[in-house]
Amino acid sequence: MLPTPDTSHVSFDTIYEPSEDSYLFLDTLSSASESKWLSERFPKKEASPLVVEVGTGSGVVLAFAAAQSQEIFGRRDILTLGTDVNRNACIATQKTATTAIQAEQQPSQSVYIASLAADLCAPLRAGSVDVLLFNPPYVPTEDLPRLPSAAENDPAVSEAMSRSAKFDNDSYFLSLTYAGGADGMETTDRLLDAIPGVLSVRGVAYVLLCKQNRPDEVMERVRCWGSWHAETAGSSGMQAGWEKLVIVRIWRGDSS
Amino acid sequence: MKVITANFVTCAVKECKTSPASFPLHFQDAELEQQELDFQPEFIRNVLPRIDWEALRTVSNELGFPSLPDSKPEGEALDNEQTLKDLHRLLLETHVTEGKLTCGNCGHSYMIKEGIANFLLPSHLV
Repeated sequence: MLPTPDTSHVSFDTIYEPSEDSYLFLDTLSSASESKWLSERFPKKEASPLVVEVGTGSGVVLAFAAAQSQEIFGRRDILTLGTDVNRNACIATQKTATTAIQAEQQPSQSVYIASLAADLCAPLRAGSVDVLLFNPPYVPTEDLPRLPSAAENDPAVSEAMSRSAKFDNDSYFLSLTYAGGADGMETTDRLLDAIPGVLSVRGVAYVLLCKQNRPDEVMERVRCWGSWHAETAGSSGMQAGWEKLVIVRIWRGDSS
Repeated sequence: MKVITANFVTCAVKECKTSPASFPLHFQDAELEQQELDFQPEFIRNVLPRIDWEALRTVSNELGFPSLPDSKPEGEALDNEQTLKDLHRLLLETHVTEGKLTCGNCGHSYMIKEGIANFLLPSHLV
């Protein structure tokens, strides 16, 4: 088994702690079938792929993709970038990714370029992303927490908070990591809408879904975009004959 | 954030997406830091095809780097180690730690603090 990136430096007050879903991501990306698919999709003679994780949290998934790029993509010359609505998660990801790359790849290395505090892929240039990874807030909840504003991510603001205000603030940021609103799909739906615009011609997205998100319906929807494909790439936790969590691979083009 | 990031980001305001003036975003008051990284000529050769050269030239000028050639190095120029080393330094070793990125269309500035650019929008722009 390939090593899991170290996240011991991360404070889980406002950041999602790596769990079953995160590990399913690592196992899926490094599975023989997915690494074969990805190596064929991004042959070494073609330009370096840009790998973007949306909602990195601790950064464990992005760091794994970067540090194990040889095993996953069959090449080391990949660029990685993360986004998260929580600035603390961006800072955590920076360290998780650079530490994992340093530990696993010497001397030639993949390159982690940045983490951006952002809503999904809002600041990314159209057609720029080759591989998009998303482990969403997928739990069905009555309400969807609002997005934080730029000011709420200002380090000076949180430093000035009282203990009780900090507790409320931490709970709010944690809710953003799991609460998915109606069917647990409100945030994932917005991400799915952004995929055709942000992915490159050779682009592929991996999106994790839970059973309540109705993965079969999501895949059917993607196939209706025209010249788009969707397949299950990994799954875990059988429950009454159904997989509890699945990772769906979504890609453009004629190739299967 | 490494300088190469500027080649992949644009204004987060929806209405700006279709405006050519929203790319590249413009660095202002940028504080730079050099972080050494092993030079991998092959990496630079493989990254170059996906670089928007005009945008990189703009950004490089704004950050006070020596002028880049008018057109993207191709063919034999890619065998020139100095050219690749200069690009390695600019794209991968140079980090912007503080400052802002400003949209040429709407004028909104995104703050960069401790190397993290904040693209979350104030409520009036969402």
